[in-house]
Amino acid sequence: MATNLAQSQASDGSDQIASSVDSELESVVIRFAGDSGDGMQLTGTQFTHSTALMGTDLATFPDFPAEIRAPAGTTFGVSAYQINFGARKVMTAGDEPDVLVAMNPAALKVNLDALKPGGTVVVDTGSFGARNLTKAGYDENPLESGDLSPFNVIELDISKMTLESVKEFGLSNKEALRSKNMWTLGLMLWMYGRQRSSVVDWLRGKFAKRPEVADANIAALNAGHAFGETAELSGDLGQRTVGKAEVQPGVYRTITGAESLALGLVAGSKLADLNIMLGSYPITPASTLLHQLANLKQHGVVTFQAEDEIAAICAAIGASFAGSLGVTSSSGPGIALKTEAIGLAISTELPLVIVNSQRGGPSTGLPTKTEQSDLYQAVYGRNGDAPIPVIAASAPGECFFAAIEAVRIATKYMTPMILLTDGYLANAAEPWPIPDFDTLEPFPVSFVEANQEDFRAFRRDETTLGRNWAIPGTPGLEHRIGGIEKDYDSGNISYAADNHQRMTDLRAAKIEALGRDIPEQGIEQGDATGKVAVVGWGSTYGPIYRAVEMARAEGLEVSQIHVRHIWPLPSNMEELLSGFDHVMVPEMNNGQFATILRDQFLIDTFNVNQVNGQPFKVSDLVARIKELA
Amino acid sequence: MNELSPKKLTAKDFATDQEVRWCPGCGDYAILKAVQKTLADIEADPANTVFISGIGCSSRFPYYMATYGFHTIHGRAPAFATGVKLANPDLDVWLVTGDGDGLSIGGNHMLHVLRRNLDLQILLFNNEIYGLTKGQYSPTSRPGTRSPSSPTGSVESSLNPAAFALGSGARFIARTIDTDQKRMPGVLARAHAHKGASFVEIFQNCIVFNDAIFADFTDKAVAADRQIFLEHGQPVTFGKESQFGIRRTPGDLTLEVVNLEEQGLTTDDLLVHDETDHLLATMLVNVSGTEGFPVVLGVICCNPGESYDTQVSTQVEAAQEAKPNADMKELLYAGSTWEVS
Ligand code: SF4
Repeated sequence: MATNLAQSQASDGSDQIASSVDSELESVVIRFAGDSGDGMQLTGTQFTHSTALMGTDLATFPDFPAEIRAPAGTTFGVSAYQINFGARKVMTAGDEPDVLVAMNPAALKVNLDALKPGGTVVVDTGSFGARNLTKAGYDENPLESGDLSPFNVIELDISKMTLESVKEFGLSNKEALRSKNMWTLGLMLWMYGRQRSSVVDWLRGKFAKRPEVADANIAALNAGHAFGETAELSGDLGQRTVGKAEVQPGVYRTITGAESLALGLVAGSKLADLNIMLGSYPITPASTLLHQLANLKQHGVVTFQAEDEIAAICAAIGASFAGSLGVTSSSGPGIALKTEAIGLAISTELPLVIVNSQRGGPSTGLPTKTEQSDLYQAVYGRNGDAPIPVIAASAPGECFFAAIEAVRIATKYMTPMILLTDGYLANAAEPWPIPDFDTLEPFPVSFVEANQEDFRAFRRDETTLGRNWAIPGTPGLEHRIGGIEKDYDSGNISYAADNHQRMTDLRAAKIEALGRDIPEQGIEQGDATGKVAVVGWGSTYGPIYRAVEMARAEGLEVSQIHVRHIWPLPSNMEELLSGFDHVMVPEMNNGQFATILRDQFLIDTFNVNQVNGQPFKVSDLVARIKELA
Repeated sequence: MNELSPKKLTAKDFATDQEVRWCPGCGDYAILKAVQKTLADIEADPANTVFISGIGCSSRFPYYMATYGFHTIHGRAPAFATGVKLANPDLDVWLVTGDGDGLSIGGNHMLHVLRRNLDLQILLFNNEIYGLTKGQYSPTSRPGTRSPSSPTGSVESSLNPAAFALGSGARFIARTIDTDQKRMPGVLARAHAHKGASFVEIFQNCIVFNDAIFADFTDKAVAADRQIFLEHGQPVTFGKESQFGIRRTPGDLTLEVVNLEEQGLTTDDLLVHDETDHLLATMLVNVSGTEGFPVVLGVICCNPGESYDTQVSTQVEAAQEAKPNADMKELLYAGSTWEVS
């Protein structure tokens, strides 16, 4: 029972390392779990924010159910938010929580398996009544059955203490109980020595119109904090210190992938000197980008919530035709619907950024769970020979730069392009050193000027092969474009056999030209040659980084290569991979990037695949590396 | 108007050098001519004019107009038009579609572009058949239509485009006939003058797959007795000598055809067309062409409201005015930040 938290966090091949000093932790993983209605995402976000403000590095993993309001108390209504924070660079949300906060029996049931042996469980005994136990599918109360004996269990009647703390505000019982999460947050903030002020500010802002609710929540927050302080808790529930991370100096903020993506698109549009027109249709987990951009009208951003996915992309293409930066955003099923229009954008050579926040598939699949299984769709999924550039973002903050790169490619090469993120990236938060916008290289587009002699819409730049961008409203450049094959020069309809060959070759050559304009593939860690190259892409960056780091610490000859430019691949990729005995490709799909590597370079790959809706565990990856190195 | 060519443009100036590829005798030729004339009449600026289409015979239209043009994909033209107008609300957008493109595969987009009241002109060429794919029945084909895909006769009821548009919230609805060169430019000019979504149904003869399908009211011999051309504020009459009229059935919420002389009535007894009367428009499009009633043409309703693109621009401008110094730095630093030194 009385295992010390600090001792339980030994280096064990996970992204959680503890120092040997009692209660002086190098990193800790907490998972807040409760009913969808318990406000766990808010609790997690606020804990994250407060933690980030203290200069601690962190990574998060929000995990919510597909149902918006599943019946209260059921296992399928459980929502969780995991945060890994520590005194060193934190790369993942952590394999196994050290602390599980379970607000009801269902939350305990769903999340207990994930808890590290010897870990701590904080439970709200007030919600462990017979009804909730039955709903969660417990025949016997787990608090009494001995199921929890491998863990430190801290039983607190949070419900009752919350009700007491907000008594004076005259809220209904139901409303008063809503502050349970703030009470718990207060306790956890105390436990890890975090400030409450940012939470208080946030509550005041959120409930500006209902000050009594803000007051009640703040009272609950303070009560939870005071409980830790005054209840003379020690041992299992003592206060712990997590040091500050040694991070690069600068000004920081917390950022999720969706936020960073929105900022990156706006930044890209400013660098290109264009206004954004986003066409989008609500879909999980991509809608957040629509919400973010809808709030940025002051930056000339126009958002169009279309009647369907097809209209969303078609409007974006129409906007590009008229001289805006067309952007469309969706997830796998929506991208499938957009496919025909993507072909038109390729054929008419109009710039367009298509963002796919991937989720579990096929079909509706697992809307709220992360996956990387739309890579074939992105690279190959169209009728005709229809090549399109594809890049992938690898971390929440990095979405900013990936988005800028997407805008650069689309406008410079006059092509639609696909930017892959995923549900994990969209929702996960991390502290982010705010970049200096003024140091970013602008890439302003130039529209064809009015009344050019001998104007031809499909004349192109010799190097990039990007065609003329002549926009309606410009005198003297009136021209017609469309999806029928076009004459190489004038862009008029052409059914000529030779011309179609030439245009097909041209579309392929454009991608090759881009291949010469993207950075050479670098190595994240390790040597340029060796036994094993672990090649990843997208949101698996964090777990792969940590796994390779650990394997290298054990002396294994392993290097990490993380690919942003999926299509075309960097020009030195083949040579780079040839320097390794084994190429290991971990992916949250059934081996899609591995197919591309094998196809392009005729090499063998060692595939590590997982599609359980969760990010890779570092310990699993380390084990797989050991099979090869 | 293009500053470098201040001369007044003629219909011919709106024609391109592209060879027109419709079947000889197709009604599309006449519509093309009328549209080119309309643009000259309204002194349209070719540089500021955009024709957008989907897929189908009618959708080849943009290639023949010396303006900007975008021949897009099947059924989606309204969505492209929406993007064009959101990017540049000053552009003058014409959408050319057909009964298959606009009401079958693109029915959803048609509904929403009308509902939103995007500022554009929609020309729906209704020929009651799929032409480009060689003659299958369309959503406006009459029940019983025999076609390659309905050899024993279509068992689907047909859609009334004007009623669909009205139900979708269209604020401007008009109808005309391909061969009516005299009146079509006027109708199109009205559609153009209306700020918002203007829906014009054009009865178009497909000489190859559905020839003479509208002959029962377009033939010269019967036209006068089988067509009403509406005019706002005027009593609704028809017939060679304007001997017929329409009136509200006394004591009933319906319309009826009357013979002025035979029934001893005067034009004062007739219905006076009011373009702004939504209920009247509903009745007119529903009785049009039914047993005993002539086909209703001209401007059926015109009841302007603020257009979608204007409202979107207004919101964007308001946001920009409220935060005139919104730059990237401010955006990046929004919310709480902390410094690590
Ligand atoms: S098939 Fe019919 S509608 Fe199409 S071009 Fe020929 S005549 Fe005209």
